[in-house]
Amino acid sequence: MAFHQSRGPNGVLLVQVEGQLIVGNRQELKDLVNQALEAGERKFVVDFSRTGYIDSSGLGALVSISKRVRELGGELRLSGLNEDLRSLFELTKLDTLFPIADTPEQALAGF
Amino acid sequence: MPAPLQLCVRRAPAAAASAYATTVRLRMPSEVGCIEQAVSLVTRHCLSGTSAADRLRFRLQVVLAEALANAVMRGNREDPAKWVHVEAELCPECISLSVTDEGDGFDPAEVPEPDRPERVFESCGRGLFLIRKLVDDVRFNEQGNSICMTLRRQ
Repeated sequence: MAFHQSRGPNGVLLVQVEGQLIVGNRQELKDLVNQALEAGERKFVVDFSRTGYIDSSGLGALVSISKRVRELGGELRLSGLNEDLRSLFELTKLDTLFPIADTPEQALAGF
Repeated sequence: MPAPLQLCVRRAPAAAASAYATTVRLRMPSEVGCIEQAVSLVTRHCLSGTSAADRLRFRLQVVLAEALANAVMRGNREDPAKWVHVEAELCPECISLSVTDEGDGFDPAEVPEPDRPERVFESCGRGLFLIRKLVDDVRFNEQGNSICMTLRRQ
């Protein structure tokens, strides 16, 4: 499990979730985004192209991160959800909270 | 260093006409850091020798991760003296998976549904909801410290 950071165009921070996003590593993602917010970052894409599964703690972490980003006037988008991962967002109605793009390139291009 | 996971796989002889040909048992310490490895181990043995669809593998991983997280954090409250017990009974048609903690149990009827409009954007409370949505049957023991989930293979 790891989070890989890179810089997209327009100053967007791209975070790729490699492995799982679950109770064991959700805090690491929250810390990463919070530190970036403190450093002045406001545009984020979290990409799941290399993700196996997400649990409810991982979903909850995304919700709290998204709230914080919005409070500071920023935006967080998701990308790379396969059919199974997307179903988790649809079942929990969280697909209405996040802008979701098919690929990280599409998410980055929309900013 | 966390205590090791303890795995036991018992396969019934082919001649045995048991409804459950294979039983997988795993004992896990009450540590969230052990959950991913436990999910990986149990999933591998549950699907061993089968051409399982990706969808079944995904459902199995998510519901097992949820049940283990509930057992470790809410059931055992991460008490290092307590264990989480997993038992999977495998038959050609389905996987029956039970996760039991050593806590006091809870009443699943008191868990609010997280897809109500006022709760959709809460940051917690989706675990049991996801389990119910992803398995074909879910039951609890009377004490509320053991969940049994059934997933059909087809």
